[in-house]
Amino acid sequence: MSRTAVVVGSSVAGVRTAQALAAGGFDGRVLVIGAERTEPYDKPPLSKHFLTGVWDASRLALLNGGRADERVELRLGVAAEHLDVAGKQLRLADGTRVPYDVCVIATGASARPSPWAARDGIHVLRTVQDSAALRRDLLRGGEVVVVGGGFVGAEVAAAASGLGCPVTVVDPLVDPMARVLGPRVGPLLTGIHERHGVRTRFGTGVVAIEGTSGGLRVILDDGSVLAASTVVVGIGAVPNDGWLRSSGLDIADGVICDEYCRVQGTRDVFAAGDVARWPHPRHGEHVRGEHWTNAVEQAACVARNIVHQGDPVPYRPVEYVWSDQYDWKIQIAGSPALMSGHHVIGDLTGDRPRAAVAYTDTTGRLGAALTLNWPRALVACRRLLAAAAEFTQAITELDLLADARPTGRR
Amino acid sequence: MPILRADHGACQGYANCVAGASDVYDIDDDGVVVLLKERVPEEERQRVEEAARSCPVSALTVEGG
Ligand SMILES: Cc1cc2nc3c(=O)[nH]c(=O)nc-3n(C[C@H](O)[C@H](O)[C@H](O)COP(=O)(O)OP(=O)(O)OC[C@H]3O[C@@H](n4cnc5c(N)ncnc54)[C@H](O)[C@@H]3O)c2cc1C
Repeated sequence: MSRTAVVVGSSVAGVRTAQALAAGGFDGRVLVIGAERTEPYDKPPLSKHFLTGVWDASRLALLNGGRADERVELRLGVAAEHLDVAGKQLRLADGTRVPYDVCVIATGASARPSPWAARDGIHVLRTVQDSAALRRDLLRGGEVVVVGGGFVGAEVAAAASGLGCPVTVVDPLVDPMARVLGPRVGPLLTGIHERHGVRTRFGTGVVAIEGTSGGLRVILDDGSVLAASTVVVGIGAVPNDGWLRSSGLDIADGVICDEYCRVQGTRDVFAAGDVARWPHPRHGEHVRGEHWTNAVEQAACVARNIVHQGDPVPYRPVEYVWSDQYDWKIQIAGSPALMSGHHVIGDLTGDRPRAAVAYTDTTGRLGAALTLNWPRALVACRRLLAAAAEFTQAITELDLLADARPTGRR
Repeated sequence: MPILRADHGACQGYANCVAGASDVYDIDDDGVVVLLKERVPEEERQRVEEAARSCPVSALTVEGG
């Protein structure tokens, strides 16, 4: 009898799981249920090439009609509302019941909503509609205030500045990137905005936002007021796990899984992407990823563990995130914030440095890395991290790479 | 035999392909993908397709049956 795999969530984690099931030998039906009506699309360009208009919506498509894609059935524009674990079925918002043999939860996250009263002219950024609406306002011109100096905020600031808008980034932390990179290296990236002519008000919180689109006032906790045509609030994401509350599953800022990404307390339910929280051996605790590569690697792991039920593999990735800001290509592997020391390779000076920061843990191994405008070093660092290489060996290898010069072809 | 293709213009050097299949994909000093092979045996298809699907800008394809 043919089995049915139902994947809930039609973005990158859900689609990649479905593709990997179809390509990887799952013999039954593969159905993806998505709340959004829009054909499955990808998110990273929404704060980069799509926001600046360099890419159109066709470049965002997650399904490209390949061999595996033909086997993936889509049911879009309807959210799953309830998961009945014992009865092995889902209830959708339109009342339909969908039975499954195996279910994958890939409902991701939503932008943390703006806590300030003003609504008109205040943007968050998570969906393609959000990005298109923000782009319309940016093209109108005028001052832009970005609240939040994390990755998405920094990318939006770069994009808005590239479109010719005067931009100010506000964050209550003095060094917003220190959260990710540690206090010694954080300023390197936190300083990127001023280097590119974007003002920052770091160490200053927002008290209130008043007014309407085109005439907003952002009131800061030092008493100053920033006038803005457009405000973007990029203050993080919250997992879409509310719909699971009635399921009896263990929910704690994401759905709790075991090391195989199987949802705790179930046999046939798995989770992948921004909604999944699983025990990561390197962290010694349950973690939830919020990056693209985590979604894709976890999707592949889940599909594999569904197809090879009797022989599951644990999910223990080397974290990886990239961010494109101004003309800088920023790539981070591992978790720098957890590390104890670091060493800089290459050259940090100049408008577009080509450099790496290698981090070590207390055991003398390479523990994490940041690379700037140097993908080749990132490749080496990811390989060395996966091999648990000695810190000194890693530095020797990176020093050798630093001697090779780009041809300038790109 | 599956044929590998790369769109060098689209490549952004995100390097997930190398993490997925380092015997097939590499990144050069300019940060652009290099195909180390043009074809792979059918048995390799699934693994290489998975590496190709991990490209954030869909610069990689595996063609042919
Ligand atoms: C603007 C932006 C830029 C980014 N840039 C980068 C970057 O440069 N590098 C990087 O590594 N990461 C980046 N990320 C993060 C990356 O995009 C996410 O980690 C990734 O999208 C997570 O995928 P996901 O499928 O788990 O969740 P999501 O992308 O959040 O998708 C979840 C999907 O599930 C649907 N859904 C929710 N609830 C239900 C329900 N009850 N029933 C049915 N469907 C439901 C949602 O509508 C959505 O379509 C960026 C994110 C954003 C928003």
